[in-house]
Amino acid sequence: MELQVNGVSRSIKTLEDTSLLQALREELDLTGSKYGCGEGQCGACTVLLNGVAVRSCRIPVKSAENKQVITIEGLEQNGKLHPVQEAFLKVDVFQCGYCAPGMIMSAVGLLQQNANPTEEQIIGAMNGNICRCGTYPRIVRAIQEAAKA
Amino acid sequence: MNHDTAAPQPQRSETDPQDQFKQSRRNFLKLLGGGIAVSFVLQDAFAFLPDAEEVTSPLVVNPEQVGGWLHIGKDNVVTVYTGKVEVGQNIRTSLAQVVAEELRVSVHSINMVMGDTDLVPYDAGTFGSRSTPVMGPQLRRAAATARGMLLELAAQEWKVEKSTLRLADGHVLNTASNKRLSYGQLAKGTKLLQAVANDAALTPTEQWTIAGTSVPKVNGRDIITGRHTYVSDMKLPGMLHAKILRPPAFGATLASVELAAARAVPGVVVVHEGNFVGVAAPDRAAANKALAAIKPAWHTTSQPSRSEIFDFLKKNASTPRSGGRGSSKKGSLETGMAAAAKTLRSTYHIDYIAHAPMEPRAAVAQWENDKLTLWTGTQRPFGVQDDLAKEFKIDKSQVRVIMPDTGSAYGGKHSGEAALEAARLAKAAQKSVKLTWTREEEFTWAYFRPAGVIEVKSGVKVDGTLTAWEFHNYNSGPSGIETPYEVPHQQIQYHPVDSPLKQGSYRGLASTANIFAIESQMDDLASLVNMDPLAFRLKNLQEPRLRAVFEAAAKAFGWAKTKPGKNRGYGIGGGTEKGGFTATCAEVAINPKTGDVKVLRLTTAFECGAIINPEHLDNQILGAIVQGLGGALFEAVDFKDGKILNPLFGQYRVARFKDMPAMEIVQLNRKDLPSAGAGEAPIVGVAPAIRNAIAAAAGVRLKTLPLVPKGLQVAKS
Repeated sequence: MELQVNGVSRSIKTLEDTSLLQALREELDLTGSKYGCGEGQCGACTVLLNGVAVRSCRIPVKSAENKQVITIEGLEQNGKLHPVQEAFLKVDVFQCGYCAPGMIMSAVGLLQQNANPTEEQIIGAMNGNICRCGTYPRIVRAIQEAAKA
Repeated sequence: MNHDTAAPQPQRSETDPQDQFKQSRRNFLKLLGGGIAVSFVLQDAFAFLPDAEEVTSPLVVNPEQVGGWLHIGKDNVVTVYTGKVEVGQNIRTSLAQVVAEELRVSVHSINMVMGDTDLVPYDAGTFGSRSTPVMGPQLRRAAATARGMLLELAAQEWKVEKSTLRLADGHVLNTASNKRLSYGQLAKGTKLLQAVANDAALTPTEQWTIAGTSVPKVNGRDIITGRHTYVSDMKLPGMLHAKILRPPAFGATLASVELAAARAVPGVVVVHEGNFVGVAAPDRAAANKALAAIKPAWHTTSQPSRSEIFDFLKKNASTPRSGGRGSSKKGSLETGMAAAAKTLRSTYHIDYIAHAPMEPRAAVAQWENDKLTLWTGTQRPFGVQDDLAKEFKIDKSQVRVIMPDTGSAYGGKHSGEAALEAARLAKAAQKSVKLTWTREEEFTWAYFRPAGVIEVKSGVKVDGTLTAWEFHNYNSGPSGIETPYEVPHQQIQYHPVDSPLKQGSYRGLASTANIFAIESQMDDLASLVNMDPLAFRLKNLQEPRLRAVFEAAAKAFGWAKTKPGKNRGYGIGGGTEKGGFTATCAEVAINPKTGDVKVLRLTTAFECGAIINPEHLDNQILGAIVQGLGGALFEAVDFKDGKILNPLFGQYRVARFKDMPAMEIVQLNRKDLPSAGAGEAPIVGVAPAIRNAIAAAAGVRLKTLPLVPKGLQVAKS
């Protein structure tokens, strides 16, 4: 089948039980999206599907057919970072960084729906993403920065 | 760290540090090539190296003092080799900062080679908050020595006195002639090796311009673009994917196993050795299919469950040796208790908890002839190298362990389970093999922060002076077991137990449990004598650094200046661990109808000597507070008869965005004191501060960790 990833049509072989995350990571070598739990509980695998942040570990790749998938690799354009990435870099958010792609994709998804979220809305939208290093308040700050930019 | 870790460690074998050191030094000299190098040889040498292989100076090295070396190439690149590893504590940045400071170069001209056993000197591991206080000064001395060599070379080149030369921006300047030479130009064509000068003049803290500043994470851009390759992201040509057959319970043994169907899956390699059964296949789907096709029969044995764990720990405690780990005695308890106006006896129960690093264990193994290269996320690359060499009965020089910056650890990745499993399959398959543990495997087959029972008997005079302190810790460990308060009569004892669950290191080790018990007991004693909890602590506390953080946290929080509202309470707790001093004030709100406990505010004051990177220190303190919050409120590993009952994020609750209170961090910068690590200590005040705030709000003096996994039961009823 064909998958539209980061604006490019990519051909992949599909199996019944292949998740979008597995297809991205193992077939297309887009390893920015991470495996964290496989149960949609941690958000490390978050990508945008037609502009909406989803847990790619819980999406059968079949159901992503004919939809636009954006991964962390697709945010940077011609060497220019996405404003959300710029903000995360400026706030120097991360420790181990394993949750970073999922956090950033969730934040991009939020800001596409709501360009100027309140702190409460940010927390509500991000609550499904886990950072065990505990950088949550810095992430909130970075999203506020990105909203201002 | 071995000597201060809680209880039985994940299996760890002995190694000969002298051999390790010689081997890694040989490797270093091989790759050295031209340029200026500073190595840790405890021999005063300014040795020209016609051939690096010929350097065979006898080495008498204390491996505790060895850990890094440094090279300046003709391309101006400064390369630092250290056995320390990056797991999110941002040590890659802070170690580069101290080297950049001493060499007067930009942090970006420094290349940090970390945790590669072929390239870096032997290092026991990254744990116990040792990188900053031990590795930091070593690298500073190495860099300062290199600075001296550069001055020497420039002085020879220009035939001038060294005093007329100055270093800046990677160049040596001749102040008389205004000429300048880059470090690379000076290093070019030379092959210089010098031992670290122990008396090398270090740049005083007050003059720091790079160290002491908030240099951003050096590989931050790779992180936010998803470009950084964690082990779980690696792919080698022709690589197979592995799955391991897991027993249904701990300690289960394989009675029989039917493997024919698994072997029939195309491209699959099956390994069965004793209780180990693993498969490797060209893709994950085939590996899963093969795993599912295996028909095992297991023998299981009855094992202690969570419901009986605290009785088990008490009953199975070994008789402590007097003077052993975590044991101390002063005065006479009898005298102390007799002198008390009030006495208090309490028992605290601490659950097992999981580290739950976001990146589960992962390993990639590759055999080339008899040489094994193994990429894995471990805090002990040399320990894993040793384990692999023993497992496959090969020399350590045949095993290279590489640790790319890893998706966190928190003390939970001292071991190399996935490495051993991947290497076994790769050897059988004669192809490279990747194994990534699932979340469930990580929650089940890694190891846990120990559970514990802590018993405290204490006595206090009417005026709030402590008279007696008896403290027994069963199983959770000796870290932080000493009371920081002045007590004339005390006895402290750690009682090891053979834990039913595999247990090991954790952020702050047992001090999360011990300081919870100490600070809860202190609060209850303050209440017995009707004293303010802070005033009571300060009355019995002399250590000025701990007093300073208590006072700083209280001031920032508004302790005694403001009063909590209805159904709200303030609490305080603190202590010292790994050279750091911390105090936390908490405000909680309790819903009397539902029993819900909400932590509204946490204010932490922290001091760890001279601060190397304020922003990253802030991040480490924050991380410790957030991790402490989860352990304080609701984290607990549930288990029954050798099975983990909550091995998923949907079942094991960790702190999330919505759990975040308003957090304020106060850093006390003691430029006059050596820098200590900060990844662990700030966790210890969080749980007792919250517990004491709940006591103030609801009058309920909780004695368990976690405190309120299901809300405050008493409030509900």
